[in-house]
Amino acid sequence: MLHGLKAFIKYYLNIYNKEGEKIMWMIPFLICFPFVVSVLMYTIRKNNVRNTIAYISAGIIMAVTALFVVQWIFAGSPVLELYYHTHTIDLIMLGAVWLLMFVVTYLSFKYRKRLVSLLSIIPTLMITYFELMGPEMAEIAHIRVDRLSVLMCIIIGLIGSLIVIYSVGYMHGYHHLHTEFEDRRYYFFMLLFIFLGSMFGFVLSESLLWIDLFWEMTSICSFLLIGYTRTEEAINNSFRALWMNLLGGAGLVVAIIYAGYQTGSLSLQSLVSLGVAGEKAAIIPVALIAVAALTKAAQMPFSTWLMGAMVAPTPSSALLHSATMVKAGIYVLFRLAPAMSGTQTGLLISFIGGFTFLAASIMAIAQTDGKKVLAFSTISNLGLMVACAGVGTPETIWAGIFLMMFHAISKSLLFQNVGATENSLHSRDIEDMHGLIYRLPRLGAFMFIGIAGMFLAPFGMLISKWSALKASVDTSNIMLVIFIVYGSATTMFYWTKWMSKIISYTDTEIKVRDITKKDELLSLFIHAGLMIALCLLFPVLSVVYVEPLLTEMFGVATAVLPKEVLFLLIAIVCFIFIAPIMAFRYATTAKVRQKLSYMNGINVGNNKEFIDSMGENKHLFMTNWYFAHTFGQRKLMQPCEWITIAFMIVMLCMIIGGAL
Amino acid sequence: MTYRIFGILAFLIFAPLLGGLLSGLDRKISARMQGRIGPSILQPFYDVRKLLSKQFIIVNPAQIFLVISFLATVIVTGGMFFGGSDILLCFFLLSTGATFLIFAACITNSPYSNLGASRELLQMMCYEPAVLLACIGFYLATGSFNVSDIIQADLPAIIKTPGFFVAFVFILTIKLRKSPFDLSTSHHPHQELVKGITTDMGAKTLALYEIAEWYEHVFLMGFVGLFFVCKNPWSYVVAVVAILATYFLEILIDNTSARVKWLTMFKLAWGVTLLIAGVNLIILMVLA
Repeated sequence: MLHGLKAFIKYYLNIYNKEGEKIMWMIPFLICFPFVVSVLMYTIRKNNVRNTIAYISAGIIMAVTALFVVQWIFAGSPVLELYYHTHTIDLIMLGAVWLLMFVVTYLSFKYRKRLVSLLSIIPTLMITYFELMGPEMAEIAHIRVDRLSVLMCIIIGLIGSLIVIYSVGYMHGYHHLHTEFEDRRYYFFMLLFIFLGSMFGFVLSESLLWIDLFWEMTSICSFLLIGYTRTEEAINNSFRALWMNLLGGAGLVVAIIYAGYQTGSLSLQSLVSLGVAGEKAAIIPVALIAVAALTKAAQMPFSTWLMGAMVAPTPSSALLHSATMVKAGIYVLFRLAPAMSGTQTGLLISFIGGFTFLAASIMAIAQTDGKKVLAFSTISNLGLMVACAGVGTPETIWAGIFLMMFHAISKSLLFQNVGATENSLHSRDIEDMHGLIYRLPRLGAFMFIGIAGMFLAPFGMLISKWSALKASVDTSNIMLVIFIVYGSATTMFYWTKWMSKIISYTDTEIKVRDITKKDELLSLFIHAGLMIALCLLFPVLSVVYVEPLLTEMFGVATAVLPKEVLFLLIAIVCFIFIAPIMAFRYATTAKVRQKLSYMNGINVGNNKEFIDSMGENKHLFMTNWYFAHTFGQRKLMQPCEWITIAFMIVMLCMIIGGAL
Repeated sequence: MTYRIFGILAFLIFAPLLGGLLSGLDRKISARMQGRIGPSILQPFYDVRKLLSKQFIIVNPAQIFLVISFLATVIVTGGMFFGGSDILLCFFLLSTGATFLIFAACITNSPYSNLGASRELLQMMCYEPAVLLACIGFYLATGSFNVSDIIQADLPAIIKTPGFFVAFVFILTIKLRKSPFDLSTSHHPHQELVKGITTDMGAKTLALYEIAEWYEHVFLMGFVGLFFVCKNPWSYVVAVVAILATYFLEILIDNTSARVKWLTMFKLAWGVTLLIAGVNLIILMVLA
């Protein structure tokens, strides 16, 4: 029966071509379709029509991604290397690079940030010279499909499209609330779709030149999205994001040209294999690309741009933090991981990542703005993933990939949730979220799930931490062990603090109307469902998908989780889901007597007030701890930046000096 | 396998008894140190029996379910530990249990309870690094996170991990909420019942909390003992002596020191952990 069904699907979908001939149409479709839609978004100025098209396009992207993944799995999940002859496309892409350069130059002159344009002009000229006048390169595949890139496609296609659906409703409420900003939704949605397209291109590309183009595209998209409101703060922050990312891009261009002259090939995969083999020519490009990826992943000292990105409307934050942009940096580092393992570059990357994990999580404690806490936690979590990539063993990549999946879903959920909460509550301050679960029950519950997914057992973050800790002990990475144990303590602190605020009960008088739109709720609901499903299924996912991925990457089969730990985990997952439910059922049937809270004998008969020293009733309000003087961003950010800058420069000098 | 089931069953049945006795011993010795006669050593059992005979008295209905979840988590954690499982996972699960407790304290309205919850959270942040490092110490000393492997070692882990042990005993004062680090249970003057996180827990809820504490203390003491256990059967005697000595030390510290401010606690805990456990970590890693 099952066999027949399988055969039917195989026949129906026209699969079984091991060369991948049949699935090829979806790859260019996924990359190009969002660009076509973005043009439509820009040209259509009628909100209803545009919204409908946005819904449909997001649906199409999701469907095609799903079709692509299903076909690829039925074909036996092969590694495909496609598009060998692409001369015309290469030229078109070069034109696109020039177009981007003109955009950057125009805007940087318009807003009097002229120096920034140099960071775009010089690399563009270099890459143009190299491509047109440089040496003949070996013929390579330009597109590569393997488990890692397919996983990225799933994240982008699913989470990215959901964010688009969410933003249709959100942006409506946003412009209703913020009438001071010009309504340029056509522009906003154009950027969202360009972002998705370039992310697909980025993760599927094998040629470094293509990677460079898509890299620059994501940089400039995020720059434009951050500057959406055109306030002074937005413009300043957007230019900070721009120069940092362009700096990374410049590093990438240098790496490409160096690799081109030294190795004669522009394939990322062959660069990695050279690095694994210990070729001297690969050391510098790998180091430069890895450092460039740090800018994208917002690691210290480049993390301020992601903090500044908070001025943009929430969907763009969600997009930057979960499905796109920062994940691009992580993706590149995962690709490079085998080449970084045990090298000085690996040491540099794992130190920066581990340090950022700890420092950002400490600074998150002092934030009261919900979005800022989320931003710091993103930086911090990315730090852990970066550190995992830097160590570069199968165990750490396993941990990193699960961290990435959990992070993508829960961050997207949390950002959308905070955005929706802000629209209803007119504030995103955590102090104002007091008793959210009673005032906005749906949003409060989603927020609770999202936060639990970030750090509590049995969600995957924890087991990833287990694996990362074990691997860093195994590789004798002392600093990383210290960073992880301290960082996990601070991480727990700021999340639990927030969760306890949501369920606090002292001050829930102020009624709020939940104005969350249906499409926003749909997206939130799917996210929460995905979160729980991932939590329940991750042992399966580990065996079926992630371990083969590691085999693909490292060439050796590895079972990361010992069987005993795996069974124990499944038991814990079941326990954590079942025990509270049983306890809850018991608690609802138990005979109870409700009393007033203890207030040192000055109760007034309800739990919201007490009698003050003048004999009058006073409203009771409890706030959280933030310790701004001890853990504040103002106090810690600069020293942390200097430490990382110094470490990075010293290490880069050592790496480059050693390789020359 | 039979050994594991035996360990789990023994924990389930005897842990409350041992925990209660420890608590009674604590009160007795403290009283003697303060020049009082003190209650009977079985007093904690009498207290809990009486509390259990009452009905649930609550401020917020969710309290019961959270405290039961806390109790269940602690029992499972201890069961995993005495069943020979992974110690790192034990502590991960225990910290999830601790968040249940914090939630139980902060969903009520009392400022005392809320402040206790915040402080308890702060204490968690202070002791977490040392706990994780102690687990890593075992891994470095014996090559495994599993209790069943650790107790099969030729030599007790303490020989290689004295620094981790000292750091763990140091933060045990925080974990057991003993003075000078008893911030989260800061007593209201002359009141036994108004104690930080448990302020708004009464009657049966409080009994459940007490039982959970007994289980937790036995688990923690088991972890202290693990430092001394090895293949040699006599090592178990050493472990019991070490546990009793450690517990006595905690009582002594409790009765001879005054509560410190949070920042002092934070700096001390993190500093001691980094210095003592960190140096031990470096030595073990460089030698290995």
